[in-house]
Amino acid sequence: MYRNLSVHQKQVVWAWAFLAIPIIFYAVIRFYPTANAMLISLQDWNLLGDRVWAGWENYDKLWNDPIFWKVFRNTFAYLLIGTPISLLVSFAIAYHLDKLRFMHGFLRMLYFLPFMTSAVAMAWVWRWFYQPVPIGLFNNFLSTLGIAQIEFLRSTTLALPAILAPAVWAGLGFQVIIFMAGLRAIPRSYYEAARIDGVSGWTVLWEITIPLLKPTIVFIVVFSSIGFLRIFDQVFNMTTGDPGGPLNSTKPLVLMIYQSAFTDFDMGYAAAQTVVLFLVLLIVSLVQLRILQDR
Amino acid sequence: MAVVGTEIRATSESLLTARQPRKAANMGQIIRWLLLFAGGILMVAPIAYMISTSLKWPHEIYNLALIPDEPHLENYTYVLEDGRFYGWFVNSIIIATITTVSNILFDSLVGYTLCKFRFAGRYIIFIAILSTLMIPTEMLVIPWYLMSQALGWLDSYWGIMFPGLMTAFGTFLMKQFFETVPDDFIEAARIDGLNELEIWWTVAMPLVRPALAALAIFVFLGNWTAFIWPLIVTNSVEMYTLPVGLSSFGDEADVQWELIMTGAAISTIPTLVVFLVFQRFIIRGVVMAGLKG
Repeated sequence: MYRNLSVHQKQVVWAWAFLAIPIIFYAVIRFYPTANAMLISLQDWNLLGDRVWAGWENYDKLWNDPIFWKVFRNTFAYLLIGTPISLLVSFAIAYHLDKLRFMHGFLRMLYFLPFMTSAVAMAWVWRWFYQPVPIGLFNNFLSTLGIAQIEFLRSTTLALPAILAPAVWAGLGFQVIIFMAGLRAIPRSYYEAARIDGVSGWTVLWEITIPLLKPTIVFIVVFSSIGFLRIFDQVFNMTTGDPGGPLNSTKPLVLMIYQSAFTDFDMGYAAAQTVVLFLVLLIVSLVQLRILQDR
Repeated sequence: MAVVGTEIRATSESLLTARQPRKAANMGQIIRWLLLFAGGILMVAPIAYMISTSLKWPHEIYNLALIPDEPHLENYTYVLEDGRFYGWFVNSIIIATITTVSNILFDSLVGYTLCKFRFAGRYIIFIAILSTLMIPTEMLVIPWYLMSQALGWLDSYWGIMFPGLMTAFGTFLMKQFFETVPDDFIEAARIDGLNELEIWWTVAMPLVRPALAALAIFVFLGNWTAFIWPLIVTNSVEMYTLPVGLSSFGDEADVQWELIMTGAAISTIPTLVVFLVFQRFIIRGVVMAGLKG
């Protein structure tokens, strides 16, 4: 049978043969669960009993849950603090590192190393740094300077930035590398032309470098925003005794999902939260792409 | 004439002034280097403190000194003899390795097929796979958990691995790179009588080795550090991966910091060593994946 096929027909057979297992994988492990999550979000289910149709009940409950709004604010706080800081710092590092030749590779390595670490391991390291005297590194340092102790992880205001710090730190190296690649891609001739015209360094930065880096900036903003909106590992591992910190002050949406599903076994409610997370990620990415690409 | 005149004047002026900014620039370069060096030291300080503490005795850990008074490896022998960490380490290695191999094979096979074959439905499949990039893992963990429960996959290697065996990111990355393989090569192999599987494996794959390496690094690192799904799907201590195991130590009140730092170091050092050995390669991979993916 196969022999009688034309060259093109044979290729079609091969193509579908190559795609058979992956198509099953994507259907069963990606698309079916997505639909199932949406379905469960419309049901009431505690894992043991029956799945009961609940309509919009879970979404209604979410809308009226003060903890959800607290969590929603926290999630955006991670994004709104984390993304601009990591963008500015990584750009500053990349911009200056790009102008250096002496031990360039060594410096680049120092900045990139944290990217290769595991968030859970580093959560422990930073947790240790934040401990009160005599354990924690930061407070020990403050006490040698005679400055009052800071209760980083037990404070309702400082715990969130304290947890964000290792997340920003670990992602910085990746962004520096991407920025440097973007800077390299700008043709040298632009800079030479600017130098001949006697344009100042600041003008070159604002009129040449930053506009030409726009695709890189868009990529980094969207990529890091998604990361901060989905923050979980650091929060879970730095506030284990009291997940989500004092008065839920550090709890992000993913942690609320985890607790609703796997400590309260309220599957419908958790699924509704995952649908909200999906929509938040989608809207934030689309808005950022729209705003950044128009300019 | 006037134009030429100003040009000459401009050039001679720039020659006269060129020297001074250059000296200033050198001073600037030194300051720039020192600042970046200081920043770099700050960046690696948490890693350095982690390793340093893992080499300290319990009474020394409150000491801010980076170099331990009497460095020793007792903590490592203690932690590894306990057996739990050793088991978690083995689990993490097995899971990350199998997932990496699976991604290398399937992502490149799908990327190759979508890139080099012409058939009805190609575009739809490509868009369908790409669209899964928008779905966050967190949305899928509940259905995956239910699926694993129904099929008896909870608390097993397969249960930990199955969601990551293929990725849309890897498929897209590989498709981009197969675009650089000339169609003539594939046509020539066909005329030589190779079948399509042989062409993919012996002709196309060797030409995209750098991309395969980049993909391997990303998948391995991602699975080595993966946390939320292994946390959900495992219940017995023996099945934990390194991150889940580290997380299970819980509250800091009863923690022995030098031992926890040793555990953290055990889960960090392998990826750091891989990075230091393949540095150039990995940086290039990050750039390729970042810009093309």
